[in-house]
Amino acid sequence: MASQPLNTFGRVSWMMISIISLLVVWWGLALLVQSRYLPLPQEVFSVLAIELASGELLFHVAMTLMRVAASFVAAMVIGSAIGIAMGKRAWADRFFDGWLMFFLNLPALVTIVLCFIWFGLTEVATVLAVAINKIPNVAVTLREGAKALDPAYEQLARAYRFGRWKTLRHVLAPQLAPYFAAAARSGLALVWKIVLVVELLGRSNGVGFQIHLYFQLFDVAAILAYAISFIVVVQLIETFILQPWQQSVGRWRT
Amino acid sequence: MTALKLAIRHKPFARADGELNAIENIEIEIARNEFVAVLGPSGCGKTTMLQIAAGLDDDYTGTVEYAAGLKDKMAYVFQSPTLLPWRTVRQNIELVFSDPQAHADAIASVLEAVGLAGSEDIYPLQLSMGMQRRAALARAFVLRPQLLLMDEPFVSLDEMLAARLRDLLETMLAGNPASVLFVTHDWREALSLADRLIFLSPGPARITGELTVSLSRQQRCNAAELQNFRDANANVFQPGKA
Repeated sequence: MASQPLNTFGRVSWMMISIISLLVVWWGLALLVQSRYLPLPQEVFSVLAIELASGELLFHVAMTLMRVAASFVAAMVIGSAIGIAMGKRAWADRFFDGWLMFFLNLPALVTIVLCFIWFGLTEVATVLAVAINKIPNVAVTLREGAKALDPAYEQLARAYRFGRWKTLRHVLAPQLAPYFAAAARSGLALVWKIVLVVELLGRSNGVGFQIHLYFQLFDVAAILAYAISFIVVVQLIETFILQPWQQSVGRWRT
Repeated sequence: MTALKLAIRHKPFARADGELNAIENIEIEIARNEFVAVLGPSGCGKTTMLQIAAGLDDDYTGTVEYAAGLKDKMAYVFQSPTLLPWRTVRQNIELVFSDPQAHADAIASVLEAVGLAGSEDIYPLQLSMGMQRRAALARAFVLRPQLLLMDEPFVSLDEMLAARLRDLLETMLAGNPASVLFVTHDWREALSLADRLIFLSPGPARITGELTVSLSRQQRCNAAELQNFRDANANVFQPGKA
């Protein structure tokens, strides 16, 4: 049977059913195993409530979010510039192709460790390490976007003397927007996971640092509490910022 | 007085089997407010010639000279409407101005003239092909151009609609005289609009003939008159074939 598109109510209720079933499975397993290393959902949520009330959780989530935001913006800007150049200019495509191959296959862990060795355990090294991990993906996506630019619109811009700014804003940006949005959405998912690893290795605050701390204490409830809170934050950004934006840039498609 | 002087010596054209000439020695001079139609078979290099004339293609040897200030009063109508699909009809027209607010009246009246009043806030993909072409004409005319370059602007429309858009073009030119370089493969269309015809050969494009159209407005609307005129000048229309 072909699947019918769901209305908002249908989508939300299915999402609820899906999440509740996950909680039920977790709860059942925890009851079955009866181990302090697999706490019941309610235990995790009570840790979450305590951490939230003390302000600890908000502080660490905020620190992580700041790093996510800084590396995300840096990766999007630099990656887009390289990607667009590669898509528009054959020489840039050939020149950066080897670089891209190298950085796409460079393990995130290596970048992080090297950045800490070269630049010390600093905020700059953190943001740099995360951005370097994300830049090649952004570049690849935006390169496709730049290659798909319709030359007819460029001629239009020249024939009617649009100038640089108007061409960028009304001709190039709308064509690149879907690629940019795709890079942003996959980027957010990747960046926050890498930020946690970086925090685990070389920061003294942030969600990754907290998880590291509770790992040493074997406190699974706290680890899950931090993980869940960050999943919620990222999903909120996705649902209320990235998705509506992606839809609004595609509004003209009849 | 000359409005546009086009002298293309050579235009390379890269093809899989090597480089060849798309255009060889085309010289065209257009007087101020003259309507020149360039007739040639599809794919002969008409579009390339027009793009060179507009300064959109720099890869050629030759010269293009405009009367003083004319290049800033140029409008181009593309073979496809080429409206930005992510901007509404009104935004598409506003874009040709650096200060659209100052030209709000002109924009409203040109939309009225092409029969798109009421459709300003629609995105182009929701319009019919005929409406998109009218919007493209509106965008060209709102500038009050003194030089108008048109690349088969009425192609792929049914004859009724094409005839209506030709009337619209004539009406607009009556209100705003301009030098026109109009490229087409349709001799009837060329005869019904132009003061002068220039014939191009299949690629590489060369000029094979020229003809001043001495027809009245009434005659131009009459299919039989057009056919008579063509028959009387058969040697120019079909050199070698007659």
